[in-house]
Amino acid sequence: MTASMQSSVGNPADEKRGMNLTLRIWRQKDPSVKGKMVTYKVTDISPDMSFLEMLDVLNEQLILQGDDPVAFDHDCREGICGMCGLMINGQAHGPQQTTTCQLHMRSFSDGDSIDIEPWRASPFPVIKDLAVDRRAFDRIIQAGGYISVPTGTAPEAHATPVPKADADAAFDAATCIGCGACVAACPNASSMLFTAAKVTHLGLLPQGQPERNDRVVNMIAQQDREGFGGCTNIGECSAACPKGISMETISRLNHDLLGALRAGARPKS
Amino acid sequence: MTVTHAGRRTPKVAKTNSIVKKAVMAVSGIVMVLYLIAHMIGNLKVFTGRESFNHYSEWIRTIGSPALPHQTALTIIRAILLIAVIAHFWAAVSLWRQAKRARPERYVTKKAVAQSYASRTMRWGGVIVLLFIVYHILDLTMGVVNPDGNDSTPYDRLVASFSNPFITAFYVISLVLLGMHLRHGIWSATQTLGQSNRRRERTVNAFAIAFSTILIAGFLIVPFSVLTGLVD
Repeated sequence: MTASMQSSVGNPADEKRGMNLTLRIWRQKDPSVKGKMVTYKVTDISPDMSFLEMLDVLNEQLILQGDDPVAFDHDCREGICGMCGLMINGQAHGPQQTTTCQLHMRSFSDGDSIDIEPWRASPFPVIKDLAVDRRAFDRIIQAGGYISVPTGTAPEAHATPVPKADADAAFDAATCIGCGACVAACPNASSMLFTAAKVTHLGLLPQGQPERNDRVVNMIAQQDREGFGGCTNIGECSAACPKGISMETISRLNHDLLGALRAGARPKS
Repeated sequence: MTVTHAGRRTPKVAKTNSIVKKAVMAVSGIVMVLYLIAHMIGNLKVFTGRESFNHYSEWIRTIGSPALPHQTALTIIRAILLIAVIAHFWAAVSLWRQAKRARPERYVTKKAVAQSYASRTMRWGGVIVLLFIVYHILDLTMGVVNPDGNDSTPYDRLVASFSNPFITAFYVISLVLLGMHLRHGIWSATQTLGQSNRRRERTVNAFAIAFSTILIAGFLIVPFSVLTGLVD
């Protein structure tokens, strides 16, 4: 067995066992020009590479040829930062329910053709190629996705008891990394799942109660102001979410919003 | 705060809260569903014979008579329904436009993984159902486009329309679309009014499917009976 492995390493014919792929990638120089799909070929891609590593291979190739490399967002490459995100063959983050960086090339087969596009939503304008400006999410958070507490030393953990079930549900919602896949997958380009995750996360905890009503009306007002679509409860968002945030959070947001409006909460203009 | 970005038009701002619009959609939808239940049960009176069916139609127009003027109850029901239809349509068009503005550039490749056929046909299905309702009123309520004319009895108009295969086909297609509209609509309204959660999700969807199927079956049994000669 050892002998055969050694021989395979030494044999150039056997080394070429990677995948050959055809990529159709959205290229757009800057926000002001129209973009288009451009076809590239990559060869000898290892199934163990992540999707982003495959794009790194393409970019090295493009740089060597003197071409402009493809711009795409990425940071931790561990599936926890929410920076990466591509529309791969029409699905946000591709065929697996994970982040683009945690999608591996083993999910594809040799000879496949892969379409790669940026998130498409008017509140997420394309900066270049596959990179989009997602500051609209930051502004939704600024509108209410926080709790106001005096800072200082960490409070005594037992000072504010939280029921286990509430803590678990709040944590499930808090796993949202704000990648924007929900918006990208939504037929209405709605950011409802994102906003709902934040409202659920803070609304289930005692620390979130004082600002609960203002939070939901202000975050929804900002979401509408940014130009996101409305939710039609189709469920594409939750199916695309790398953290599996459930549709339940949307129902909770609606419940909180209608309750807050009845209680007289109005958005800051 | 309006943040402009190079090459990005300042988005047109939705004046009314999108969730309030959805709540309007949900509540007006529930009003119409309640009417549909009553309408379906009323239709089944066709099996009790011509006399009974026509008498039922007359009764709706004379509820509270002679204390109340002719058609009092009917006028109230019609007014409520008209308000519901207008509110439902306004909310739908407004949210449709908001969604279109939110994604001006479509994907080259887009794959749907979660959406049901029912949820995909909400908008165009809704428009077809609206057109059907207009025709339906002209045909069976007012009789102006009815094969039997407008001086016939409700029972005769019903039999005359459903004896025509084209009218029947249009009726069947519209009702199947309506059934799908309700299948997604009931689930969506539950979500919109904040009454759904992970535990209830399956029950709500199962109820939506069962309710829509039974309601539409109740409507479709009438043309089917005319077709098979059970009612003539």
